[in-house]
Amino acid sequence: MRDLFKIANKKFKSRLIVGTGKYKNFSECAKAIKYSGAEIVTVAVRRVNIVDKRKPLLMDYIDPKRITYLPNTAGCFTSEDALRTLRLAREIGGWKLVKLEVLGDKKNLFPDMIETLRSTEILSKEGFKVMVYCTDDPLMAKRLEDSGAVAIMPLAAPIGSGLGIQNYTNIKIIRNQTKLPVIIDAGIGQASDAVIAMELGCDGVLINTAIAKAKKPFEMAQAMKFAVIAGRKSFISGRILKTLHGSASTTNKGII
Amino acid sequence: MKKNKKIKIILNGKSRSLQKVISVYELIRSLKLSTDKVAIELNKEIINKRTIKNLYLKNKDKIEIVHFIGGG
Repeated sequence: MRDLFKIANKKFKSRLIVGTGKYKNFSECAKAIKYSGAEIVTVAVRRVNIVDKRKPLLMDYIDPKRITYLPNTAGCFTSEDALRTLRLAREIGGWKLVKLEVLGDKKNLFPDMIETLRSTEILSKEGFKVMVYCTDDPLMAKRLEDSGAVAIMPLAAPIGSGLGIQNYTNIKIIRNQTKLPVIIDAGIGQASDAVIAMELGCDGVLINTAIAKAKKPFEMAQAMKFAVIAGRKSFISGRILKTLHGSASTTNKGII
Repeated sequence: MKKNKKIKIILNGKSRSLQKVISVYELIRSLKLSTDKVAIELNKEIINKRTIKNLYLKNKDKIEIVHFIGGG
């Protein structure tokens, strides 16, 4: 059965997106991506190192022809910075599918939704396909959809916190009200969190820290891969109703 | 344009002296960078990479060269 993950008319088999930050080096990162089965990875835009010309490059380890790069605006606190970053990302090699995050709070890394909304409108008009990191507020999610976002990416919990999904209800409301893919972005800590995200009906999960900072990143990458698959299959399989009392699995017919 | 004139530019936030006027393309090559892996901003404007061979740096130009790094 083909159950493909669609974002802005592009189709993917894996519903797990992984971040490429916080790894010891690019080779560890590339190996973790392999174990995770991810076909999309987030990348950041930064100044090149003009002092050390031999510094390894991300693009030499993760081939953008094989893995879809999703440029993000990590570290941007204003709409202006985010727009500048993504316009530069597009210039590197034509990337139009991007992840927007405009932060508003250094301690919790919560998104500034006013700036985020403004940036989404502008970027969409410029032809970008914008996947948007946002709060788990259904009204804001709706506004983003109306502004041209191609995916809604509510946080499960603060970035890097590993707290897991804090607000099941809002995530489910966001999922049910939109036609866009909903991808849980930030806050996943362990495999069961990813399963829950998928069982809530989310279309995908984005994970960075939980894999990169696990004691065994490759094992965790694989755990997340299976968790996303398990959660998705569980969601689309139509779970049984919850009942208060027991119902025997074995017939009483022929009992001795 | 006098090409043997010494100029000073700000490259990725740091001042750098150039012994002669060079093009943005020549600068990229001298940094051992590949044009298909970077984006360039000159005085806050993004530059179309197809034009950099004929785009010469001027004194006090501010140039930013960026690329992709790991990020979440």
